[in-house]
Amino acid sequence: MASEVGVAVDAVWKFYGDYPALRDVSFKVNKGACLALLGRNGAGKTTLLRILAGLTRPARGRVTLLGEDARAVETRRRIGVLGHGIGIYDELSAFENLRLFGRLYGMENPAKTAKEWLARTGLDRVQDGLVREFSRGMRQRLAVARAFLHNPALLLLDEPFTALDDRAIAVLQQLLAEARTRGCTIVMSTHQLREALELASDVALINRGRLAFTGERSIEMLQDPGWLYRNYGEA
Amino acid sequence: MRSKLIVTLAVVACLVLAWNIRTIFLHVPDEANQGAIFRILYFHVPSAMTSFCGFFVAMAFSLMYLYKQDLKYDSIAASITEVSLAFAIVTLVTGSIWGRIIWGVWWAWDARLTSYFICILIYSGYLMLRRAVDEPNQRARFSTVLSVLGCADITIVWKSIEWFRTQHPGPVLSVRNGGGMAPGMEAPVYINLIPLLMLCLALILVRTRQEDLRHEVDALRRTAHSF
Amino acid sequence: MNFLRNAMAIAYKDLRSEVRSKDTINASLSFSLVILLLFSFAFDTDSEQVQEISGGLLWIVFAFASSLILGRSFARELTNDCMDALIASPINPAELFFGKAVANFALLLAVELFCLPVFGIFYNVRWAQQFPVLLVVVMLGTWGMTVIGTLFSAMTVNLRLREIMLPTLVYPFIIPVLLGAVQLSKGLIIGEPVGSDNQIWFRVLVAFDLIFTLLAMAFADIVLVG
Repeated sequence: MASEVGVAVDAVWKFYGDYPALRDVSFKVNKGACLALLGRNGAGKTTLLRILAGLTRPARGRVTLLGEDARAVETRRRIGVLGHGIGIYDELSAFENLRLFGRLYGMENPAKTAKEWLARTGLDRVQDGLVREFSRGMRQRLAVARAFLHNPALLLLDEPFTALDDRAIAVLQQLLAEARTRGCTIVMSTHQLREALELASDVALINRGRLAFTGERSIEMLQDPGWLYRNYGEA
Repeated sequence: MRSKLIVTLAVVACLVLAWNIRTIFLHVPDEANQGAIFRILYFHVPSAMTSFCGFFVAMAFSLMYLYKQDLKYDSIAASITEVSLAFAIVTLVTGSIWGRIIWGVWWAWDARLTSYFICILIYSGYLMLRRAVDEPNQRARFSTVLSVLGCADITIVWKSIEWFRTQHPGPVLSVRNGGGMAPGMEAPVYINLIPLLMLCLALILVRTRQEDLRHEVDALRRTAHSF
Repeated sequence: MNFLRNAMAIAYKDLRSEVRSKDTINASLSFSLVILLLFSFAFDTDSEQVQEISGGLLWIVFAFASSLILGRSFARELTNDCMDALIASPINPAELFFGKAVANFALLLAVELFCLPVFGIFYNVRWAQQFPVLLVVVMLGTWGMTVIGTLFSAMTVNLRLREIMLPTLVYPFIIPVLLGAVQLSKGLIIGEPVGSDNQIWFRVLVAFDLIFTLLAMAFADIVLVG
């Protein structure tokens, strides 16, 4: 049923000039599921996630998120994105950053939302400090707060565990668990096979722009994370 | 097929041009006020018409790219812009030579030459931008924006400089200097337009083919690097 | 209106950042002062000639001051991939563009209003005699430069030759604005009201501002979203 589908990717192609970065990629992710998007560097994971996040448009094919087009305003209001960059401003304070994104995401009381999330990520004591003075771990936690503050129904995470310190990982894992409990759909690209496969309900493997495998996460994958690459990826 | 078309166009254009040059120099008399130099206007005016129209036609092809998302339209648009730029430079140079003879100076900030100079600056910027963008679809999108803004701007520039020169009169580059060209003298302007347009088209076809080959090479290079 | 709310949130963010760091505005002010100084070597500052060309000189200063401010506009979004965070958010690219243009306009206007009295002191020009009309001209001209500069800043921000590309693209485009603003400023700055034959330049400025604001907002999406 259409209303059960969180993410629908239909025959998507993406070109850089004449070179296909994504070739005829099609898959579905049900609402409430967590998809681990795997693949080697340069396979097309980031390109696909950027299309899902609405940062770029596919050359051919269609992407629907929560039943609507990826670039629709209402869709973007319900999506949380955590990419390679942290997406917060160095010259603003932690509070100002979250309040800005709260405003952009249409929160009723952006200031209140900002304060709540600063408390949740342990940044309330430094809320008026400028981000450029923060440690790396603090910035990461603030970035996580930015991605989650509007309680998104769909989360798009590009290698979220890479370069996070322990505290930030703990915060993120807790937030992801809560998100899954409330039925949030998650698409996560990652190299950290073990962490991803523990969280994931479904798995997709991209290989040179093509979808090499898509299906439910199995016991074999959990017990032997390299199994997927050996059977469906390149030698 | 395309090569044959290019060669045919170029050869016919050169033949017609040669014939026109013969007519212009042997059969058209000197103009009363300007003397022999006015003949350069038979190349100056058609070049100006070709380049000006070219910029707008290029804009139309750029908009087609936006609609169809097919890079071949972008290749055509870029080729037309480049060739139009070349003709705009010809316009400027021939106008300048005319000015040197008639006004005694190489440059006198005449309204039309000034406008053409600005056109050349704008579309040189267009070509520089194309060289600076690596990703072909991004290059095409940016080129479209620049093409549309460029056409809007050169229209405003043209009128603004005309109004400026009305308030601050200066030398005017005119075919009709001295009050009216005799009937037989205007025709070669339009007759010369035909071979110049053919030459323009031949150059555009050559340039478009280069762009297509470049796309192929880029794609092959990317494929090679991905292994 | 949602459009204005989002655009003003972006404008406020940019202005807040700039007021804190003051990097761009300091550089722009210094640059303007240097240009004003250089002019003093080029012209005899006592002569009548300076009064006549003061309108032109002023707009050359403004045009160069703008390049630093406009160049920084989208460059500040590159750090930490903030641009991606903005594009992925519900904000419309046209709202993002407009907000940035408003912030740039405010910064550039601040620099210009600082330059005016300094210019008056350096070149002994009593510029405030027709100040309300002069202010309107300055605002119209500044918006024209800002709108073109902000759009091209968005286009050139990711290019390797960004610092060269932006001025190369912007200056030829803003010639009608500079032409109109200079024609109007020439008389106003020495206290003469705008003559009837110069009214046409108001129309040029307003038409330029309207046309290019609409075009820039229409194209913001294809420039910002890949």
